[in-house]
Amino acid sequence: MTPHKTPTIREHIEALRNKSTTPEETIASFTEEAKTISKRYHYITTFCNETTTKGILTGLPVTVKDCLCVRGVETKASSAILEGYKPVFNATSVQRVLDKGATITGKTAQDEFGYGGFAVNTGIGFEIPTNPHDESRVCGGSSGGSAGITSATTKPHFSIAESTGGSIVTPASYCGVVGLCPTYGRVSRYGLLDYANSLDKIGPITKTVEDAAFALEILSGRDEKDPTSSHENVPSYTKALGKSVKGMRIGIIAPEGTDESILNNVHDTKELLEELGATTTTIELPLTDSYAIPTYYLLALTETSTNLAKYCGLRYGYQEVPTDSYNEYFTHIRSTRFGKEAKRRLLLGTFARMAGYRNAYYMKALQARTHILNEYAQTFGKVDCILSPTMPILAPTFNELSKITPLQNYLMDKLTVGPNLAGLPHMTLPTGWKGSLPIGLMLTAHHFQEEKLITLAHAIERALP
Amino acid sequence: MKITKELLLSVAKNCRLELTPEEQEEFLPQLQEIITFFEKIEELPATTISIHPKPIVNEWRDDVVAPSLSQEDALKNVKFSSRGFIRGPKTQ
Repeated sequence: MTPHKTPTIREHIEALRNKSTTPEETIASFTEEAKTISKRYHYITTFCNETTTKGILTGLPVTVKDCLCVRGVETKASSAILEGYKPVFNATSVQRVLDKGATITGKTAQDEFGYGGFAVNTGIGFEIPTNPHDESRVCGGSSGGSAGITSATTKPHFSIAESTGGSIVTPASYCGVVGLCPTYGRVSRYGLLDYANSLDKIGPITKTVEDAAFALEILSGRDEKDPTSSHENVPSYTKALGKSVKGMRIGIIAPEGTDESILNNVHDTKELLEELGATTTTIELPLTDSYAIPTYYLLALTETSTNLAKYCGLRYGYQEVPTDSYNEYFTHIRSTRFGKEAKRRLLLGTFARMAGYRNAYYMKALQARTHILNEYAQTFGKVDCILSPTMPILAPTFNELSKITPLQNYLMDKLTVGPNLAGLPHMTLPTGWKGSLPIGLMLTAHHFQEEKLITLAHAIERALP
Repeated sequence: MKITKELLLSVAKNCRLELTPEEQEEFLPQLQEIITFFEKIEELPATTISIHPKPIVNEWRDDVVAPSLSQEDALKNVKFSSRGFIRGPKTQ
């Protein structure tokens, strides 16, 4: 699929104002195109047409990752155990875009409960989404459907995605679009089918940096329904667009073992930033580099093993006639409806919090997180932002991916788990190509400094040929 | 830490999973490899713990009655119910 110019959210608003289109037309044309795209690439699991009021986003199609609740629309987080579940409330992030007039047009494909970086771990009975630029390759995960449809549509649109360890920026980089994962607590998690509560963040996947700023401004803010949501004031993120990067201090990370085309792209982008007036310096994060992956997986899997306890064939989702003893019933439902990666992660997380092992694994990982947080805090005393590759490799083929072990698969998250573990805002944007495959670079800033990311990403986006 | 088949089955029982013989054979070496890798964090010196990326103070709301899920909504996704209650499996 060749890259194409898509109307931005601002252009969509102007088009409606000029009466060159109507809300009904934009929604209908997006849905028609998305159905054709999805038939081939499997980005959307459920189509819908939910709107509640008029506002600045009237007529704008918004898709939502399947792990976010949309009232009355089947919501499964790509898991067979949630078959038939129709929430009776909206996630706060969904409600916020509905309150601005947007239309929720579909739920997007993902790894089951977010368990993966490549969107190949979809649950039992779910299709695997493919890369819009090369169908033999993965589209990245876990928000693969959100990134895929954002890349493939020619209509104005954005997707509400979610990241635990890199699930916004990874698929966005493999699909050649923009992904913005905000600070932990910036966007309410109410109505999210949790993966790991201390790590989950909701953010937009968009075609442009301007759209990302616009969408984040709407999604952000304190929510009484989520006590971990922040009281921090929400600035106007769109005001960070178009600002000069002169004097900004950028720390560059270019790890060994990264694909050469990606390293060359880091080098070119570094030179571009210097031309724009930023200062650059090579930095290292030795603790994060060595310990972020085991720390992240121990915390994420421990937390997720408690979150999965509620899925047992009662109250919602897949249910059978409850005749056996409760232990047999719950075990039967869970053993037949969870996919392979969900079982693997459930076993690992349960082990790490069992009596006798908890101190050595889970509690130690909480200490390791402190070391990593301190390392980032020290780094942000010296630089404003970090520039690094988003992923160490280009989007792999399905065949290549099938040959690696689960541990090797986890190690692919090397560059994204650090910012996620530390709850830092980070953003990917497309900065180049190798053949037909996009290259994405990642910017990371200190807590609640999303404006710096937006200023920097917008400057890079505008300066690129 | 050696992950034995007995430990694997004990963990599976705790999280209400019944593993097929094929799953046991597949998961055992994979879990061993992953858990051995996780043990790398033992190298780090002891310090305070960070449950969240930013410290979060308990958030309390006023102790007043507020709207919550109605019984009708609570039962909307329930397939088997009886007289307004969820029907579950036998506990004994």
